[in-house]
Amino acid sequence: MDWTWFHKLASPPHFYRIAGRLAPGLGWPALVLILAGLYGGLVFAPADFQQGDGFRILYVHAPSAWLSMFIYAMMAIAAGIGLIWRMKLAHAVAIAAAPIGAWFTFLALATGSLWGKPMWGTWWVWDARLTSELILLFLYLGFLALHASIDDTQRADRAAAVLALVGIVNLPIIHYSVYWWNTLHQGSTITKLGRPSITLDMLWPLLVMLVGFTLFFGAVLTRRVQAEVLRRERNAAWLRAELAR
Amino acid sequence: MIRTPAGRAMLLLYRRDLLLAFRRREQLLQPVVFFVMITTLFPLALSPELTQLRQIAGGVLWVAALLAALLALEGLFRADQEDGTLEQLLLAGQPLGLLAIARTGAHWTITGLPLVLVSPVLALALGVPAGALWTLSISLALGTGILSSLGSVGAALTVGVRRGGVLLSLLVLPLLMPALIFGARAVDMAIRGDAARGPLLLLAAMCVLALTLAPLATAAALRISAE
Amino acid sequence: MSAGGFLAMGGYAAYVWPAFGLTLAVMLWNVHAARRAHERAREDALRRLPDREPGA
Repeated sequence: MDWTWFHKLASPPHFYRIAGRLAPGLGWPALVLILAGLYGGLVFAPADFQQGDGFRILYVHAPSAWLSMFIYAMMAIAAGIGLIWRMKLAHAVAIAAAPIGAWFTFLALATGSLWGKPMWGTWWVWDARLTSELILLFLYLGFLALHASIDDTQRADRAAAVLALVGIVNLPIIHYSVYWWNTLHQGSTITKLGRPSITLDMLWPLLVMLVGFTLFFGAVLTRRVQAEVLRRERNAAWLRAELAR
Repeated sequence: MIRTPAGRAMLLLYRRDLLLAFRRREQLLQPVVFFVMITTLFPLALSPELTQLRQIAGGVLWVAALLAALLALEGLFRADQEDGTLEQLLLAGQPLGLLAIARTGAHWTITGLPLVLVSPVLALALGVPAGALWTLSISLALGTGILSSLGSVGAALTVGVRRGGVLLSLLVLPLLMPALIFGARAVDMAIRGDAARGPLLLLAAMCVLALTLAPLATAAALRISAE
Repeated sequence: MSAGGFLAMGGYAAYVWPAFGLTLAVMLWNVHAARRAHERAREDALRRLPDREPGA
């Protein structure tokens, strides 16, 4: 198999050049999809027979929760690639993804809480899903804090990468232990959250939103990686030539 | 050059760590005193009723033990880094993962084991029935083992960081939450008179997993920190 | 559906709209923060360019 495209993409100058076109190429479709998903979710989809219009929070909660986990997995894979193949761009991707992931984890928590209030009657319930999102937020904050506390960029990259890998190994354990804990302690609570009887006209806006959010992440990530590359390569000759043009 | 066999190198490092620890006995006592202090706070904050304390005893003992063991974690590699021992360990030509196991074992012997030994006394003071004491000790032994191995990764990552203590707890505590869930649950079940085998076995599985994988991560982290 | 009925969200307005509003705010902030980071890094890199000819 021909891998030259991969090596080309992984080289900072090449990446920087195509990223300028990649970000809008992801961003505009994301905007269109999210607007379509909003229309579908807020107007088109019928109200849930149990939760009424309250279930519409699903259309922002579920994509946020999906992104919070997707970004962590992607970040850990990028960190692993950077660690094993000493690829500078992969480290830049990992550290650029972390703040976005932390924000979407926060959103999943906040929208989950806003959904929980009418459904459970309280702002916070130690529900399995919310609790694992909370722990995931701690993992993101730890990654960011470790990276920020080491001055040397290369060392910070590699140390944070080890942490991300330890985190991704632990994540399934955390997830299942939290579910185990939850069923033991709150077996009687009806978990209505996240399980509305979904029909097709409820489903398609959700799928559209999921894709839209993911593309949105891609666009923001590209910009952030560009900024990282600029910061890391500011003394490189190619960058001087690129900027002087 | 004659190379020391890896097993012997592990043993030498382990004995050296214990020797150094016993030369500074007041530091050795700190986690235990901390453990006792935190546990004492709960009856004062809640109520002296043993029936009430019994209900939360499992959680209280587990949280207090984890925090106490975490306390000694910060300095796990610091002294070695400051006096250059760490570089010698990296250059020793021994598998670094095995040396990490020896260091982890020393940390557990110095902090985890004393906590396990003290815990039954504190448990009795919280109204835990004598039948649950074995479960408590075993669960804490496994739990502090998990903390020592996962914690050594965190300590190796933060070795060059100034004021790394808070950062270290931020890194390590989320990873310990599964152990806390199963450990505290096992103790709680034993206090209620149920069989706590299930959560204990899960805890043991997690301990084995941590003991096998964490030393590799610790070794990688030490290499990065020493770069 | 009337506009008022739509805004009322079947009595769930106090939860639905904050959830969507917060999501919108966070997403806009992310776009803004990424753009700002890029701008700053670019300016910083430009400043480090070797001194050009005066007046160039």
